Amino acid sequence: MDKSIIEITILDVRQNLRSRWFWVYSLLFGGFVAIMFAMGITESQIIGFVGLSRLMVTFMQVSMVILPIYVLISTVRSVVGDRESNVMEYILSLPVSFTGYFWGKFIGRFIVIYVPVFIALLGAAIWGTITNIDVPWNLFTYYSFLLGAMVFCFLGIGMFISAIARSQDMAVSSAFIIWLILVAFLDLLLMGIMLKMRMNPEIVIGVGMINPLQVFRTAVLALFDPKLTVMGPASYYILDIVTRNVFIVFAIAYPVLLGALLGILGNRHFNKNDII
Amino acid sequence: MEDLIKIKGLSKSFKKLTVVKNLTTNFAGGERIALIGQNGAGKTTLIRCILGQYVFDGQLDVLGMNPRTHRKEILQEVGFVPQTPPPLKMTVKELLEFIAKITNTEKDKFRELSHSMGLNIEDNLSKPFFKLSGGMKQKLLIAFALGRNPKILLMDEPSANLDPAAREILFSKLKEFSKNALMILSSHRMSELSTLVNRVVEMDLGEITIDKKVN
Repeated sequence: MDKSIIEITILDVRQNLRSRWFWVYSLLFGGFVAIMFAMGITESQIIGFVGLSRLMVTFMQVSMVILPIYVLISTVRSVVGDRESNVMEYILSLPVSFTGYFWGKFIGRFIVIYVPVFIALLGAAIWGTITNIDVPWNLFTYYSFLLGAMVFCFLGIGMFISAIARSQDMAVSSAFIIWLILVAFLDLLLMGIMLKMRMNPEIVIGVGMINPLQVFRTAVLALFDPKLTVMGPASYYILDIVTRNVFIVFAIAYPVLLGALLGILGNRHFNKNDII
Repeated sequence: MEDLIKIKGLSKSFKKLTVVKNLTTNFAGGERIALIGQNGAGKTTLIRCILGQYVFDGQLDVLGMNPRTHRKEILQEVGFVPQTPPPLKMTVKELLEFIAKITNTEKDKFRELSHSMGLNIEDNLSKPFFKLSGGMKQKLLIAFALGRNPKILLMDEPSANLDPAAREILFSKLKEFSKNALMILSSHRMSELSTLVNRVVEMDLGEITIDKKVN
């Protein structure tokens, strides 16, 4: 393995651990779980979810709102920001490969974004064990992978934008537009309208299946009985056509592959062009 | 001595603007070159091509290799001091450890050189690099470049942030620099480099206008 990947990863993680955003972000997710416990969410029952399942589903829904835009905005600045500030000129005058630099940053970001979210989820499970609440370990494992897949996917999108953008402003604007498009193609918005207009369901499902946000949203609820009011029309159609197990595998594999593909394309662009 | 950098028909353009135009020259080991010229002459662009940071047209061999395809091998032998110190957020300790590991160099070499230039690294280990003064940053970067005993030393306006005393020390260090290595110092001002160099290359609008050996 390229030594510079490990060194850049360590450097990136160390830098992020010192930054204020990392601690605010970690406290946000940790604090959210603590508040949910304090508010007695595990004792409430809404749409069939109780106990820690209820807490985890809520946690995932909040993650779906916060994580993608957060990952995008914090990542798109990384490569282009280093380029604009001359950091890249210096670091890449050292024996660091382009690939090592790019993937080192990618892995470093993944660690600092995923670990706090995972720890918050794990903390909930541990607290549940201590307070004698049944811990749905299958759900915990599934959601941990699902969160990892989503973070990886949006990191891939963010790093790709960061590699090709010529300025931080352009990178942030592009990230925001992409996020808006993905949100617009969720069940509750455009997908619902598309179905109401009686468009071919296969097209609607196709659009849903390529939207990582939609895949995540459907996957979060896929373990439970699909109810149209909860899941939205596209999720309902998707789960009606493919079996739940197939969709679960798809929901983890697809975002990872999409993130990896965009990461590879970003790295390729980075390798083949002027870096400053 | 052997040519460490061979340049033949090197050009570099940014969109429609050609910054380096069909440059042909060689730089050999033992040469101490003052690369001079106005802003926009193409000095920094040439240095970045040598460092493999730009895609270019024409032929450029550094240590017999293409700097785009053999970056790591080449950069293991190249010391570089940039014109503007980068605003690195890492601490001096982290930077020291990172550079020592990535270049396979003993940390003590960097410490000794910093001390000899009047910078006590130990007092600043916990400070973020970007919070050091301009002169301190420059001394540290010079120590990182010289401490590796590179075959090629590239310095882009190395004395820009240094006070006269630190400049004197830098120049004495450069005089001690390996006689077989190639040193390229880019500057606006020839006067301060005159005692240090044995070849002057002047660039203007991307072309070499003067190239002469000096005593």
